[in-house]
Amino acid sequence: MAALAEADVIRLQEELKAKPLTPGQLIKLRFLRHKMAVLGAIMLLVLILYAFGGALVYSEAEANFTDTKIRLNPPSAEHPFGTDTVGRDILARTIYGGQISLLIGLSAVVVEVIVGVLIGAIAGYYGGWIDGLLMRFTEAMFNIPQLFLLLVMAKFFGGKIPTITFLNREFSGSVIVIIVIIGITSWMYLARIVRANFLSLKEREFVLAAHTTGTSNLSIIFNHILPNSIAPIIVSGTLSVANAIISEAYISFLGLGVQPPTATWGNMLEGAYNYIETAPWLWISPGILIVLTVLSINFVGDGLRDALDPHAIVEAK
Amino acid sequence: MTRYIIRRILQAIPLLFIISVLLFVLMINTGDPLATMGGRKATRPEDRARLARQLGLDQPIYKQYIYWLIGNDWALIDMDGDGILETPGSRLGVLRGDFGNSLISRGKAVIEIIWDRLPNTLILMIPAEIIVIIVSLIVGIYSALRQYSLIDHTVTALSFIGYSMPIFFVALVSMYIFGVNFKRWGLPYLPTVGMFDPKMGKTTVQIIWHMILPIFSMTVITAAGYSRFVRSQMLEVISEDYIRTARSKGLPQRLVISRHALKNAALPLVTIVGLDVPLLLAGAVVTETIFAWPGMGRLFIDHLSRSDTPVVMGILMMISVAVVFSQLITDIIYAWLDPRIRYT
Repeated sequence: MAALAEADVIRLQEELKAKPLTPGQLIKLRFLRHKMAVLGAIMLLVLILYAFGGALVYSEAEANFTDTKIRLNPPSAEHPFGTDTVGRDILARTIYGGQISLLIGLSAVVVEVIVGVLIGAIAGYYGGWIDGLLMRFTEAMFNIPQLFLLLVMAKFFGGKIPTITFLNREFSGSVIVIIVIIGITSWMYLARIVRANFLSLKEREFVLAAHTTGTSNLSIIFNHILPNSIAPIIVSGTLSVANAIISEAYISFLGLGVQPPTATWGNMLEGAYNYIETAPWLWISPGILIVLTVLSINFVGDGLRDALDPHAIVEAK
Repeated sequence: MTRYIIRRILQAIPLLFIISVLLFVLMINTGDPLATMGGRKATRPEDRARLARQLGLDQPIYKQYIYWLIGNDWALIDMDGDGILETPGSRLGVLRGDFGNSLISRGKAVIEIIWDRLPNTLILMIPAEIIVIIVSLIVGIYSALRQYSLIDHTVTALSFIGYSMPIFFVALVSMYIFGVNFKRWGLPYLPTVGMFDPKMGKTTVQIIWHMILPIFSMTVITAAGYSRFVRSQMLEVISEDYIRTARSKGLPQRLVISRHALKNAALPLVTIVGLDVPLLLAGAVVTETIFAWPGMGRLFIDHLSRSDTPVVMGILMMISVAVVFSQLITDIIYAWLDPRIRYT
């Protein structure tokens, strides 16, 4: 320490005088350090702009307009991405399909987080036979491969929910079905994380303090413990959006998902492999859009994981 | 150890019971298997009623489940619709190895149907898994040993991309390049559909030739995730004290890696492989559909879309049992490989 030069001492003093960063600023700083995460966030913004801004150029009627005279036309000036098997414009369909795919991704995760957090929190907080029962159920759900369960459920709910109108747009009932079933088949991992967090947090002093002041169990769960385990929930939720979009694509690809004419990136790919030789433009654009979306969400999730980790050290410069 | 295994198996029983009830209730309500039975002719209402009665589909769900689970040879059933229980049942139930008969494939036994398709799925999955393990070990270890080099960065980026790809996109792209465009360019191209060329017959060479693209697609996706995992494991291991000790003893790098580091870095892969069995099976559904491969995945989709409960339940229960046991076997292998782990 004796070797500390005077200049260094002054610099250190200056640093100590400077206001410490708030946790929020630290998170932002750490996220911005993660180059791929920033790139992912930008890419995601562009994709969202594409799906929602594109709606200003093309109307939904255009996306669903069929004209069998121009079926399977290759990309041209009039139809930049070509036309599909019944002559619909693929560019317009990727725009509206993107809206539905992104909507499904986000909403399914909302369902997933609600179910996962509730089950995890109740199991972890109450323990005992409630924990045993809930965790057995979680384990049972875990043991059926998700895609199989999704397909069975898609078939189970298929056609049982009527078309609904929301914000002046018609949504095929299958959109709701897909959102719900993806949500209720993917919460298990999240429930385990939340439960583990609750198990350790409920033994801490601040929970004991809350108990002694007569706080209700519900308030302890949601106001005291849950905010302390929000970071892993955010990270896992973000990555789940990518998984939900892929899941939707898989089910729709296999023909049990969202039913036409409502487009999604997934159902645009349905049957495309039959035209692999004659019409590759059928699957190239929706396929690339799915890959880009999933990739950018995964990057953002990765960045958030690093940013939200309170143990990660960032040198403020 | 024996006690541990017995306990695990006993724990698996209620688990499989919950799974079977859950799936059975879902499956029974998925649709009407009689709808597709009459072929082009619409079935007459009285025929429908008779069929439903004979197949036991008119019974309440709990009864259908019990008959499915433990059979109905101990009970009398009403076959002619006069309300009198007269015919003794003939089903043995799942617990005695009888998965019933398919509702749509002219009463063929479920076991037989699955047995026809299972080998086709296995010849895709097993080689794919072996290639995945070898590739990810090589790639993961190589890039860990050259951390932050150009190759490491490339590998990390590529594996992140591969990990984010849905399998159908890889499959479609590889079909397009190696099947369609190679043919166009006059190069030897790979077949994209089926298990063998009907003109050439079902020969070993034909099957291997048709296996390349499906296996390639599955490998790309899975190997990407695995090599990321191996890389991070390897990085952790080579910073351990015993590796430094081995190096300071003067052991050559090759020996340090192969004798000391490799074992500990590869161990956790066992768990991942064990837990990924369901993922692999799920991937098979999509892969088999795209490549028109006559395996279990396509069997599942075909029979699910026609609400054939016995076949679908047979496949799902077989997979669930496979998952439960692969987890158990994973734990046992892990304990056997890593003497620090003791199960009691």
